[in-house]
Amino acid sequence: MSAPPPLVGLSELRAELDAGRTSSAQLVDRALERAEALQPRLRSFIGLRGESARAEAEQADARRLRGDPRSALDGIPVAIKDNMVQRGEPTTCGSRILEGFVSPYSSTLVEKLEAAGAVIIGRTNMDEFAMGSSTEHSTLGASSNPWDVSRTAGGSSGGSAVAVAAGIVPAAFGSDTGGSIRQPASFCGVVGMKPTYGRVSRWGLVAFASSLDQIGVFARDARDAALLLELISGHDPRDSTSAPEPAPDLRASLDGDVSGLVLGVPREYFVSDGVDPEVLARVHAAIAELEAAGAKLREVSLPHTYTAVATYYLLATAEASSNLARYDGVRYGRRAEGAQSLGDMYVRSRTEGFGAEVKRRILLGTYVLSAGYYDAYYRKAQQVRTLLRRDFDEAFAGCDVIVTPTSPEVAFSLGSRTEDPLRMYLSDVYTVSCNLAGLPGVSLPCGFSDGMPVGLQLLGPPLEEGRLLRVADAFQRRTGFHSERPPELA
Amino acid sequence: MARISRQEVEHVAALARLVLEESEAERAVGELEALLDYAALLESVDTEGVPPTSHVLALATPMRDDTASESLEPESALANAPEREGSAFVVPRVIDDEDAG
Repeated sequence: MSAPPPLVGLSELRAELDAGRTSSAQLVDRALERAEALQPRLRSFIGLRGESARAEAEQADARRLRGDPRSALDGIPVAIKDNMVQRGEPTTCGSRILEGFVSPYSSTLVEKLEAAGAVIIGRTNMDEFAMGSSTEHSTLGASSNPWDVSRTAGGSSGGSAVAVAAGIVPAAFGSDTGGSIRQPASFCGVVGMKPTYGRVSRWGLVAFASSLDQIGVFARDARDAALLLELISGHDPRDSTSAPEPAPDLRASLDGDVSGLVLGVPREYFVSDGVDPEVLARVHAAIAELEAAGAKLREVSLPHTYTAVATYYLLATAEASSNLARYDGVRYGRRAEGAQSLGDMYVRSRTEGFGAEVKRRILLGTYVLSAGYYDAYYRKAQQVRTLLRRDFDEAFAGCDVIVTPTSPEVAFSLGSRTEDPLRMYLSDVYTVSCNLAGLPGVSLPCGFSDGMPVGLQLLGPPLEEGRLLRVADAFQRRTGFHSERPPELA
Repeated sequence: MARISRQEVEHVAALARLVLEESEAERAVGELEALLDYAALLESVDTEGVPPTSHVLALATPMRDDTASESLEPESALANAPEREGSAFVVPRVIDDEDAG
């Protein structure tokens, strides 16, 4: 099947809809057909909602023709990661243990998307339970990078990043526990934003590490990301960690003006050791571009950066081992056949249902929480987490936004890291601190190395998403990297 | 250097309700040792008197009025049950020889 033309840019599609040049039914058809045509090459979707999506598109068209659209997103095809539940639809988290599960309720995210009239066309590929940096740990198999199908899309929200980069949908949603939105956004050349912890409700997001998980967005540019984030933010009494803040007016920040804004450049993130020099060069050039736009630069220090990956993996695996205890074959999900007792059923169901990476992390997390090791590993990591937070508090006393690379490298080859988990974990060095400190962070395309996209990361103080998007938008007004498309898919 | 025995790995797996095959257990020993060796860099960080962070938000436990509200219907809650009887989840025999010991 030959793929229909890409769907690029929310604002452009909205304008076409409003001018009557296309319909939601046509857009949703195009998205579904493009997803299917590209699936053998990209594997970006675990499941598509053909019939129900088409029916919802027709309803959106009817609303539009009545002059009564629900929002700027009404009738627009979007995709969600396969760890966000939607009533009556499967959710697998890329895991065998949830095969056959059909959700009896909808996540707050899905409720908000439905209320806005967005048409969810399907569930995107991911590392099992969001544990991974390459989308290789999925029952479906790895997603491929649309810029070079022999390379990783990044992870864990790889499928969502690919769906936007490949022009299947103009917007997709992911979750970010240690970089799982920002790193695949960087690898695939799209904008990926993780808001402040608590900004977007986690109700109906399958838990990985509850003190770190946060839902966020993938989009072509800062303007679309702002619109999406406004729509999904806000306090939710069903999530006790939801920030008691109203949804922010983010688009008001996008005036292109960064004059006088102080960009902090953390010296620990710009060491040459272990970082692709081409990536550093592109990021330095992006910072120079922002300086030319009127921003001021200041060197800052985040002295505990070297502890971030170790701290992250101890805490995230500990929380995961606790969260994943619920998969026991009793109430939902896979139950092993032939168990002789309840205990045997738990063990067989979990042993058959979880993949290798999930088991590895459950073992590490169980170990660090077990008697005799709790203080040495878990409590110690919680204390270092405090020091990492204080680093940011001190840095933000002297700057408005921190600028860094998103990843020390461009997308690596599929299969090149799966045998070496520690090496895979170390590639998260620039993204995990943001989750440990609960900060908002965004990755945006800032150039290419070896034909692959490079990502610039912006980090801000809590609840300052608007400030980050202002800088991202100013950069995109002056550059064209966000408009580049993967050549063989164009 | 973290030194982890096969017995320790099997004990941790049992706590997590997992069984490792021979080759998986061997592999897990090496992987856990490598990860814990790396994590040992935290030992040198001075955390004397530093309070632990379990959560970034300074939230108090949110309270709400004790009023009934909509929740899942029993049929919906049971819809994914691997095995059910009426409004109950059916599981295998609870006590086995190992648990009883």
